[in-house]
Amino acid sequence: MLLEVSSLNAYYGDFQALFDVSLHAGKGEAVAIIGANGAGKSTLLNAISGNVKTRGAIQFNGEALAGLKPWNIVTRGVTLVPEGRRLFSSLSVEENLLMGAYARKGTDWTLTLVYELFPKLKERARQQVTQLSGGEQQMVAIGRALMSNPSLLMCDELSLGLAPVIVQDIYATLAKVRERGVTLIVVEQNVQQAMKFADRVYCFQEGHVTLEGEAAKLTADQVSAAYFGKRGAA
Amino acid sequence: MKAFLDSILSGVLLGSLYGLFASGLSLVFGVMRLVNVAHGDFIVLAAFLALAFLHITGIASPFLMLVILIPLMFVLGYLLQRGVLNPALGPDILRPVLITFGLSVIVQNGLQQAFSADSQKLQGGRIETASIPLPDGLAIGTFPLLTLVVAVALIGLLQWILYRTKLGRALRATSDDLSTAGLMGVNTPHLFGIAAGLAMVTVAVAGVFTGIRASFDASAGPAWLIFAFEAVIIGGLGSLWGTLAGGIILGIAQAIGAYLSPAWQMLAGHVVFLIALMFFPRGLFPRRSE
Repeated sequence: MLLEVSSLNAYYGDFQALFDVSLHAGKGEAVAIIGANGAGKSTLLNAISGNVKTRGAIQFNGEALAGLKPWNIVTRGVTLVPEGRRLFSSLSVEENLLMGAYARKGTDWTLTLVYELFPKLKERARQQVTQLSGGEQQMVAIGRALMSNPSLLMCDELSLGLAPVIVQDIYATLAKVRERGVTLIVVEQNVQQAMKFADRVYCFQEGHVTLEGEAAKLTADQVSAAYFGKRGAA
Repeated sequence: MKAFLDSILSGVLLGSLYGLFASGLSLVFGVMRLVNVAHGDFIVLAAFLALAFLHITGIASPFLMLVILIPLMFVLGYLLQRGVLNPALGPDILRPVLITFGLSVIVQNGLQQAFSADSQKLQGGRIETASIPLPDGLAIGTFPLLTLVVAVALIGLLQWILYRTKLGRALRATSDDLSTAGLMGVNTPHLFGIAAGLAMVTVAVAGVFTGIRASFDASAGPAWLIFAFEAVIIGGLGSLWGTLAGGIILGIAQAIGAYLSPAWQMLAGHVVFLIALMFFPRGLFPRRSE
């Protein structure tokens, strides 16, 4: 197992955002996390990348991640594409990509390879990221994360605010990333998109995992019950 | 007319020293949104340390003291940042300001204890009185000219680090978005230490050049801090060349004030600062992306 999260509790001050969440991802797998706003999906990704206080175990490649700082976690091969892209606004496209390579180990991904994946970015390499469209900015955010040579790439709400056709493009590209052996966890509000892309799906509600299963085998009723239904009833 | 040109020229040269004062302040604010109220006192500290090293080593040239002073101040800046200031950084910008205010008090009183309240001066030697003749009977002081050259070189070096190196890219990225920089592998507390260390390098150089130019005492820091602040605000945050320009504008204003009446030197500088603040609240050379 590449990533194994067990009985994870996460807190923002006094507020508890995750309750005994257990989840795993095998090497090469694509896992989707769905759930309504505030269900704790982003909190989970932030907890794995070291930005939220937690209690419980996070094992990655047999090593405990809990308690490590974000900059130590990324060098172990776990990279987050944060919600809202969070690009470095005063840096050019290429500088943003290079920031991904700041502390990396290995050389799996190069600028050439990222530009092959996102040809549009090559034309815009010298431009400030604020001049890019939302879709292009999302490409920079993914490219930047890939430059850190992740074995696990976590993407938070990639489709947020983007036109459906762009979202299709981005998920098609993620499929190519997966072919290169990168394990993926995507947090997605768009349930259809998530079910289509992932091997396995977890549904979150109010900080609890309410459903877990293979994407192909889950029925719409099951998902809808886990997504909207009262906890415990599902 | 000749006297007027002379004033302008000396204003430009003095202003480059203000630009040097301000560059460290600007760097620290730019990277970590930290207003260092003790900046002027650290410049005075550097001048006193140079004085002490001259005494200990028996070497005559204060310029040579920079060889010890630059690494020493870098380490001091790094340690102060990691040990004292980093823990105070956060959403509340008042906390670090109060801490640097405390540092200011500590440095001033420490210096008074160690060196007494007497005025001191670093002896620069012959270069202090040497000058280079210009056409029309004007002359330019060798030492003020050297100050300008050093200020331009140092600010150029910082600018090069910021825009042409991996370290600089990380500094700018961290300035844009602290937590995302951490996600990309930047050890941000360490990076802040480096930024504070770099600022202290400018402080070391500023301390030696100021100490040679004029006399100083343990309580001179706050006055120098004001010049640094005014230069930063006139120039606008974000560009170190803008900061240098801000310092030079301040220097020229003071020189013109002094030319009209000796009593107006400081006043003219403050008035120009207020005018700049009124009409260009973001400075004359603001950062583009903000």
